[in-house]
Amino acid sequence: MIALTEKVFDPGALLSEFCRGRQETGAVATFTGIARAEAGGTSILELEAYPGFTEAEIGKIADQARARFGLHDVSILHRVGKIAPGEPIVFVATAGAHRRAAFEACDFLMDYLKSRAPFWKKEHGPAGARWVEPHAQDHADAARWD
Amino acid sequence: MAKVLLFGRLGDVAGWRERQVAATALYAIRDCLAAEDPALGEALAAPGVQIALNQAIVRGDAPVGPEAEVAFLPPMSGG
Repeated sequence: MIALTEKVFDPGALLSEFCRGRQETGAVATFTGIARAEAGGTSILELEAYPGFTEAEIGKIADQARARFGLHDVSILHRVGKIAPGEPIVFVATAGAHRRAAFEACDFLMDYLKSRAPFWKKEHGPAGARWVEPHAQDHADAARWD
Repeated sequence: MAKVLLFGRLGDVAGWRERQVAATALYAIRDCLAAEDPALGEALAAPGVQIALNQAIVRGDAPVGPEAEVAFLPPMSGG
């Protein structure tokens, strides 16, 4: 599943669903990103996507991950719209025969999502609103896989 | 007329996120927007701004059909 949602989601429920009915998968790895309050500096995070294009671009990288790490399955759910501190922003799950591939694929997908997936992120706080662009570290993280 | 979409900070700079523009190439659309709104022109020319034509990233100029969808995409950041 590759999907965007405006609603709060339950990562535990997504993990249970992702694990269900597997006979040959020996490893499932997951990552959940959660909105930080930044000590009161961020009251709301706002995420914009390009409907259709964003899902298609994430789908391409998920296909790359499947091929590169020999995955059995991938699931990615990403929030859009307004997100409060403490709410999950992104859920990534990878399934493979063994743990190393599942862990690495999860890491690979998150590095892609942080700096190359079509999302635009605005932080609203007491000091006003600002658009967040990827940090040098995010680019360096993504470049590890090139 | 092409449908032009602005994302992220570009939409805030322009004060709109979607409109029709009469032009037949990507750079002509950018030039037309820049002529009307120099601040937007500067934002569109900033490093890291990519252009998607009919939901595919295009590098360089390209012809634009009458029903085309052209999106200007500033640096992306998810997760």
